[in-house]
Amino acid sequence: MIELTDTNSAQIAAEFIRARTRAGSPAMGMVMTLIVVVDEDEAEAAMEAARQAAHEHPARVLGVILGDGRGVPVVNAQVGTGAGWTGETALIRLQGEVVKHPESVVLPLLLPDSPVAIWWPANPPVDPAADPLGALAQRRITDAASTTRGKTKAIHVQCSSYAVGNTDLAWTRLTPWRALLAAALDQHPLKVTAASVTSERISPSADLLAAWLTDRLRVSVKRASSTGPGITSVVLETRDGPISITRYDGRLATFSSPGRPDRPIALKRREVPELLAEELRRLDEDDVYAATARRLAKMQHSSP
Amino acid sequence: MTTTRPSHGENPLRDPEDRRLPRVAGPCGMVLFGVTGDLSRRKVMPAVYDLANRGLLPPGFSLVGFARRDWANQDFAQIVHDSVKQYARTEFREEVWKQLAEGFRFVPGDFTDDIAFEHLGRTIDELDLVRGTGGNHAFYLAIPPAFFGDVVGQLQEHGLAQPSEESWRRVVVEKPFGHDLESARELNAVLAKVFPPGEIFRIDHYLGKETVQNILAMRFANTMFEPIWNSNYVDHVQITMAEDIGIGGRAGYYDGIGAARDVIQNHLLQLMSLIAMEEPAAFDAESLRIEKQKVLRSVVLPRRLDLTTARGQYAPGWAGGQKANGFLDEEGIKNSSTTETYAAIKLHVDSRRWAGVPFYLRTGKRLARRVTEVAVMFKRAPWLPFSAVSTEDLTQNALVIRIQPDEGMTLRFGSKVPGTAMEIRDVNMDFAYGGSFTEASPEAYERLILDVLLGDPPLFPRHEEVELSWKILDPVLEHWARKGKPDQYPSGTWGPESADKMLARDGRAWRRA
Repeated sequence: MIELTDTNSAQIAAEFIRARTRAGSPAMGMVMTLIVVVDEDEAEAAMEAARQAAHEHPARVLGVILGDGRGVPVVNAQVGTGAGWTGETALIRLQGEVVKHPESVVLPLLLPDSPVAIWWPANPPVDPAADPLGALAQRRITDAASTTRGKTKAIHVQCSSYAVGNTDLAWTRLTPWRALLAAALDQHPLKVTAASVTSERISPSADLLAAWLTDRLRVSVKRASSTGPGITSVVLETRDGPISITRYDGRLATFSSPGRPDRPIALKRREVPELLAEELRRLDEDDVYAATARRLAKMQHSSP
Repeated sequence: MTTTRPSHGENPLRDPEDRRLPRVAGPCGMVLFGVTGDLSRRKVMPAVYDLANRGLLPPGFSLVGFARRDWANQDFAQIVHDSVKQYARTEFREEVWKQLAEGFRFVPGDFTDDIAFEHLGRTIDELDLVRGTGGNHAFYLAIPPAFFGDVVGQLQEHGLAQPSEESWRRVVVEKPFGHDLESARELNAVLAKVFPPGEIFRIDHYLGKETVQNILAMRFANTMFEPIWNSNYVDHVQITMAEDIGIGGRAGYYDGIGAARDVIQNHLLQLMSLIAMEEPAAFDAESLRIEKQKVLRSVVLPRRLDLTTARGQYAPGWAGGQKANGFLDEEGIKNSSTTETYAAIKLHVDSRRWAGVPFYLRTGKRLARRVTEVAVMFKRAPWLPFSAVSTEDLTQNALVIRIQPDEGMTLRFGSKVPGTAMEIRDVNMDFAYGGSFTEASPEAYERLILDVLLGDPPLFPRHEEVELSWKILDPVLEHWARKGKPDQYPSGTWGPESADKMLARDGRAWRRA
């Protein structure tokens, strides 16, 4: 890691090239730029998660720490390659007036031609697509579950401001559940008459799952609370009896369906790097999330 | 946005736009014959676990082992457990294991034992009932081909090969698919008597490799390669599969088979057909097969096989810093064995695209290093504005597709040496598949087993291709059987001198792979 103090984008870019030459100019094959917008306290954990996700998607990772917006503008950066990274990394700290213009720092550092993704590990902007940094990216990843301010509403806020390219890790966490539910209906091609989702009290994933089921099955979906962790059960009612998936330990679920014995099925809660890697796998619009987000926003409006 | 309502009978939770949802196999089970073999323990069982770990197996997936062992279900589970612990690609997780382990069954018996197959039938029925496998079962024959007849005969006799309404029964076999055209036909007849062609899955694990599938993506999803992919620009093509190990403990299998039957007939000819084929109409089994067959059908052998083929046996020597003994000294190999451990052949493809472009195929054991790659060697530039001296170090442009290890692509072209007046030298541009994409590239067997369970056949060779491959190879094998014996080459080198001479006659040389 090279420390650059009171620097600018050109110097950071020059350091990238120097670092690469020092490493013997290895072929890097970086496929994207990943911007991570973090607070000072979470920076280390977030960069570590990005590093692990970068194993699957070699990227230039730009960590941006937005500091105090008052005073003289200062740009400091730590630049590095190698040492466990499959790409390049810079952790950029902004202070003073430049905090209002972070895109001016980041824009020159985007890799040519390749896609840009941005991730807010916590507290995302209310409208990510309108955010100056968010506007640079075609994939904007928020995480409603790790929001510290206004947690109950966080996913609704994100869904209301949905724009093409937005996605939330609360949705990513659902993929195994959704795969299992879809597989259940493959096995039992029955009409679902009602459904319910039970989860810990605040669970953006459960809200999205209920919205998805409502949207796809056109039935009302009941929400219930449990002690968690996360989502603990999903039940689809059919004429032959309920199809249910229950998971009380966050690891091993039980799959029950009409006329069949209960079967255990692995359904482990996944860690952030894994979620991030899934999110970066496809960079075009996620139509199903779009429909679900719109549905959730609508459900919110119609409920008292 | 309005989502389209699913029509009756479709799963409302499925949406073709929903590409996050993995292709999970429907309710099904697998019956594994030859549980104790290397293939089962090193490849098949770990792949099943890895699939489960990635959430791609249906709840209730069941694995039945069949072997002549006095085992109970738990003993079989222990064997799978050990194999998974040792060979699985993904980490061992207790909850995944629990999900799988409930579906393990073991049926002891001989391949000719009627009682055992009745027992197998009852086991499958029981699984359909308690595990919900829905009557869908794949029979994986990880056993020597000599026993295929017994097993599929028994399956038919006991009604195990016939699916009931809306379910399937499939059979999976591994190479070798015969040892010449005639035996391949016999083998196919045995399978085809019992299973329809669409339910027979022949595993050529090379075709399950990501880089091999990437050959199609590279050729047909890009514009820059296809215009030069013909005899106007290509000088010749070299396809290499080299192994650094000897035959190990496989003398019984290898003696009498040899390198050409073991590798060229299947892997190399399949690779060649992917490199040489025309654009398929779609990426489905039928379209791919048509194109591959067209290539194989238009392959012709040179007239003088003595000048255009080479074969060898590894002699004692030093390989990678270790002393290695020769093929004839291996345990279980007779001193007079004429089985080749190195084989090289030259082929022509009689088509407008490839007329005059030779394809050189070679494979061998105990070569300098383990590598599989396809090198497309381009013609030299017709005229250079530079002096002969300045281009002394410049050879041919080359595009190398590296299949294993270090999957990826290398492009070789000339570049000016800095500081000189005008000195031009070869440089390499590298694309490492593992670097640009996932570290966690699935194993070929995972992909292929999942495809079997999904009933998705594009990556499996059909018997027509197998037979065409034998038609190409048979004259070479006959020529070799008639005349002489393999040349000796020291272990740890790049093969016999005769192979170098074979290319030197054409004014070419093998790449150092």
